[in-house]
Amino acid sequence: MGQFFKLADLGAIAPELELILWGMGILIADLIIKDKKKLGIVAIVGLFVSGIFLFRLNGVEATAYGGLLVIDQFANFFKLIFLVAATLAIAISMKYLDIERENHGEYYALILFATMGMMFMAGAVDLVTMYISLETMAIATYVLVGFLRSSQRSNEASLKYFLLGAFSSGILLYGMSLLYGISGSTRFIDIAEALSRRPLNDPISLMAMITLSAGMFFKIAAVPFHQWTPDAYEGAPTSITAYMSVAVKAASFAMMVRVFMVAIYPMRPHWVAIMAAVSVMTMTVGNIAAITQSNIKRLLAYSSISHAGYVLIGLIAGNQTGLIAVAIYLLIYTFTNLGAWAVVVALKRRDVIGEHIDEMSGLFFKNPVAAILMLIFLLSLAGIPPTAGFIGKFYLFASAIETGHNTLAVIAVLNAAISIYFYLRIVVAMFMREPNEKTELTYSPALLTVLAVAFIVTMFIGIYPDPFISMARLAIPAGF
Amino acid sequence: MVPTHYYLILGAALFTIGVIGVLTRRNIMIILMSIELMMNAVNINLMAFSDRLQQVTGQVFAIFVITVAAAEAAVGLGIVIAMFKNKETMNINEIDLMKW
Repeated sequence: MGQFFKLADLGAIAPELELILWGMGILIADLIIKDKKKLGIVAIVGLFVSGIFLFRLNGVEATAYGGLLVIDQFANFFKLIFLVAATLAIAISMKYLDIERENHGEYYALILFATMGMMFMAGAVDLVTMYISLETMAIATYVLVGFLRSSQRSNEASLKYFLLGAFSSGILLYGMSLLYGISGSTRFIDIAEALSRRPLNDPISLMAMITLSAGMFFKIAAVPFHQWTPDAYEGAPTSITAYMSVAVKAASFAMMVRVFMVAIYPMRPHWVAIMAAVSVMTMTVGNIAAITQSNIKRLLAYSSISHAGYVLIGLIAGNQTGLIAVAIYLLIYTFTNLGAWAVVVALKRRDVIGEHIDEMSGLFFKNPVAAILMLIFLLSLAGIPPTAGFIGKFYLFASAIETGHNTLAVIAVLNAAISIYFYLRIVVAMFMREPNEKTELTYSPALLTVLAVAFIVTMFIGIYPDPFISMARLAIPAGF
Repeated sequence: MVPTHYYLILGAALFTIGVIGVLTRRNIMIILMSIELMMNAVNINLMAFSDRLQQVTGQVFAIFVITVAAAEAAVGLGIVIAMFKNKETMNINEIDLMKW
């Protein structure tokens, strides 16, 4: 047994460490600084500094803390997604929180802490690390969802999210305890080794696999564990909904890839069957429920459920193309979805909820730029070329066909067709209805920057995806 | 010495009681307690395995679970208090501003 803590380990977790310290600094600065918008800018600077530390770890392959954590390209790729999502989410928050009269320093600190949890999740190769980082992210997010303390809807959203989140963590933990009992270790590699020595239909391994998957499916809001999503997304502050729908989901998928492709890989025949059923249900229920929604936040919540269903296809395929598709899809989804949410945030004004689809009517005549940007984000979500969403869906469906899951690919394409219907409902409202006096936008320079960044990346990946695909290819070496 | 599987049966029973409690009870406090029960069932499992394997890993894991459960309870109670200030109810069925 060597020394547990080494000085080099601190370098390996430098990006996360910096976020913790920065977050604590913001909590202290909150006492002194009266203009809370400045704290938002401080938080963005903190995320950039963390990005610099992350950049210095580019290409490093190492394990830290005696195998509790790994630093590899896969982790770095996802950490970059979390940093980008947090930066964009803070940029759309500052004006929004002023409108809601709830601009406090804790908000930015909590986003940094949640991001820190996600970054550890991407590097966790041990049950203990995975659980702690998952909860760090989840607890910070529960508070953020309920951040509008005087709003009953926000309270309700946070309560529902908390109860179901804690419940799912309990189920997940039960699976983890069984895996520990089977293997006598909490390392993913040892667990895989112990599972491969047991018969495939061993009841305890099956029990562990089922409870673990149920907990994971809760976290990514897959059907039948999706009930909390529309409520939590509708009631939460819109900026947090945007953050949750991309970052929390990407973090859960990063964790899922490690668990399913390493720890319980020997049980693949069983979990592929479960996951295929869940994926089909998630896509179908998400898309069909979205058709009937008249609230934009709820509509986008159901759309995010269906997107989780698409991403599961990559895990079901399980080959290099599939995992690259997962990574690239989540990257694209981060930019596209944050862009769409930024437009929804812009609709928010003081004392107006600004979430109903009618409040978008005639947006094109009042504000053509915002309407066209929203159109592009929605087309990208639907997966129509030349936007980035097409590239993501293309890789996912290609991976399904490569591995012979033809039925799954057909169902996914049909679902993508359904999704076009409800995305176009928003477009119809924006372009073909008469404007009413409700349609007004509130802008801030930060919000405009987010819209511009999201637009440029969405179009760039759609037209010239090569650099991003080779980045994802580096993140996922053959035989992950 | 008590055989390991006795502990596991106890753990499984407690876990099931917790799950049933979350799914059927309507009082938020009791749901919170049921979630704690699930966590403690996991701790019993971890302890039993740790004893059986003569390792300390399971016990360390259990301490982490207890710590996180405490943090989660603190945040959970905070959320319940924030909600109670706006709407004086503890019944989960009456918290229904948003559906479908």
